[in-house]
Amino acid sequence: MATTMPRSIPPDVARGGSGASRLVLPLLALLASLAILVGGFVLLRDLQTQQSSSVSPIVTAGLAILWGVGGLVLLFVTLYQVVERLPKPWPARLEPWVFVGPALIMLIWTLALPALRTFILSLQDANSVSFVGFQNYLGVFSDQGMLTVFRNNLLWMLFGTSLTVSFGLLVAVLADRSRFETLAKSLIFLPMAISFVGAGVIWNFVYAAKPVDAPQIGLLNSIVVGLGGQPQAWTAFNPPWNNFFLIAIVIWLQTGYSMVLFSAAIKGIPAEILEAARVDGATEPQVFFQIMIPYIMGTIITVGTTIIIFTLKIFDVVIVMTGGQYGTSVIATEFYRQYFTYNNNGYGSAIATILLIAVMPVMAYNLRQFAQREVF
Amino acid sequence: MAKGKSKKGTGQKRFGGFWVNGGLIIICLLWTIPVLGLLISSFRDRLDINSSGWWTVFPHQDWVEVDKITPGPEVDRNAPMTFEGVTGTFEDFTKGIESNGQRLQWIGNRRIGYLEVQKYQWTANTAFTLENYKQVLASGDYTAQLKDGTTETQIGDNMGRTFLNSLAVAIPATVIPIFFAALAAYGFAWMRFPARRMAFALVIALLAVPLQVALVPLLRDDLTIGINGTYLAVWLAHTGFGLPLATYLLYNYISGLPRDILESSFIDGASHYTIFVKHILPLSVPALAAFAIFQFLWVWNDYLVALIFIGASPTNQVLTQRLAEIVGSRGQDWHLLTAGAFVTMLLPLAVFFGLQRFFVRGLLAGSVKG
Repeated sequence: MATTMPRSIPPDVARGGSGASRLVLPLLALLASLAILVGGFVLLRDLQTQQSSSVSPIVTAGLAILWGVGGLVLLFVTLYQVVERLPKPWPARLEPWVFVGPALIMLIWTLALPALRTFILSLQDANSVSFVGFQNYLGVFSDQGMLTVFRNNLLWMLFGTSLTVSFGLLVAVLADRSRFETLAKSLIFLPMAISFVGAGVIWNFVYAAKPVDAPQIGLLNSIVVGLGGQPQAWTAFNPPWNNFFLIAIVIWLQTGYSMVLFSAAIKGIPAEILEAARVDGATEPQVFFQIMIPYIMGTIITVGTTIIIFTLKIFDVVIVMTGGQYGTSVIATEFYRQYFTYNNNGYGSAIATILLIAVMPVMAYNLRQFAQREVF
Repeated sequence: MAKGKSKKGTGQKRFGGFWVNGGLIIICLLWTIPVLGLLISSFRDRLDINSSGWWTVFPHQDWVEVDKITPGPEVDRNAPMTFEGVTGTFEDFTKGIESNGQRLQWIGNRRIGYLEVQKYQWTANTAFTLENYKQVLASGDYTAQLKDGTTETQIGDNMGRTFLNSLAVAIPATVIPIFFAALAAYGFAWMRFPARRMAFALVIALLAVPLQVALVPLLRDDLTIGINGTYLAVWLAHTGFGLPLATYLLYNYISGLPRDILESSFIDGASHYTIFVKHILPLSVPALAAFAIFQFLWVWNDYLVALIFIGASPTNQVLTQRLAEIVGSRGQDWHLLTAGAFVTMLLPLAVFFGLQRFFVRGLLAGSVKG
């Protein structure tokens, strides 16, 4: 579609017309593609909102891809044609916005504005009717339950991040010196493809507990009983320690990510440096701590930051494993509960805004990196 | 891998010995055993899943039934009973009584149960079945054949249809943001316009924004235009949430393409449109593929966005929602959970094994996802 469309409006024909008339055809095409987009939108919306409709999801998806992608390509091409035919200097001025405009509009509509609107909601009452100032924030910080929630997120950030980074580093270093490097890395990396809900099921099964006199079907309790212990409901007992059984799941999921980045970084260390240190009599731990670690510090910071942000937003694992009960609730699950269970818009928005404020240092860091970039 | 190292030229690769490989094997086992347990269990009969660990499918020593005694109605179950010279109450026999290298165990209830004569020997529980998968994929009631000859009818989990729903969500939610991002990346990399730096700074700033802050206002807009609960709402959300990373990654790639190819095209009078379609897109295939895999896995595995924008609408639900629902309502039905979980993992694992190289490249290129 992308390549045939401009040919349907041969440039030489269009150029032949006078100033205004050469715009007519492209403008009509632009209106037509807009009509196609809106019409397809209404059709798809009605197809899907009719609960009784027996339209196969594959038909809908096919239509959607045709309409969504085709329609967008059509819109882009026709818009481009219109802009090209405007009198100078408008083509050169508007052309860039034809390219970056769609993405910017989507970004502003789906992320930038909602962030602002959430902040405004957080200053209003539960039903978003009247302004209450910072009362929701005061509520959040004085609520005993919320303090547990913040503590849990702190546990996630501290232990989730440090252990994911350590395991990733360990595997990267070990694999680098093993003959089974490719296989080992594939196996550790595999959980990256698994959803958090799926991982929740996998680990629920590992932690499964049966009554004392029944055979244990969960691996962990089976080992504990085999060693003479009592079976435990690992995720439901003894807070805050049960949080660690949830954190273990995310370590299991994310170590692959940190391993891949560390592995690439370690392979980037010039072999001469390592050889020279070894020739000078450095022991392997010395090589690791005094050469490798400083050399890949940048990667360690990147991975660490990514995982801190990730654990700050952790939601799926907790919802699936405990539903936020037994003292395992975190910011994101609490946000969901306030909004969708208690319908408390103000309180829920305040929690979301706190989440945003928590990642602001990272945003600032990213922006500073960008500002320091010389070529842009 | 040894080849990659020898390029650096200084000496051979130093392979570690026992400790390196031993440590690596232990970690690999820790990482794979949970998945293996799930996979094996999903093929086991539901009676087996609940009465023995999945590891008993491997050869092990255990009490195995060698004979069966069915006590007649004349035996008083409430008094001590004697079989094969062993005396005990009903409770004793239920636990099993050992003597002369064999064990007698009462199976079933007091009235119509029977005694198993068991010997301790090598065995493996290898009764595998596809019933669990048929049940989770079925729509409507499904009657499963159990190992002991009985049947059990439960409502199917309709994951066949749900699987298609997941595809319907994931494919457009992957293609649309890539199209937008490729255009924007080209614009940022190859065009000069006022406010360009500021616009790109917005992309960078939005990289780290947690999507939780955007959910509720966006949901309200969806309600206003009447698309709440449809795929459209999810595509829009995923497009928006995926765009910062997509634009950033593709910008990094496209801005690094060799300038001379493009500049010679400009001199020949080619338009931006021609250059984008004829040169940039073909040259960017590796980056586009890397991000496509990334976004596809992300959307497929997403639960939160689907939960908010599709909600409880059962006809449009995706796999993660359905699986979470089974966890919530039938959390002890391991035959459904294991098979269901594996159905959700099937496509991501295939993508992962088939396209691991691109996926790793995508990971190395970008870091933070909002």
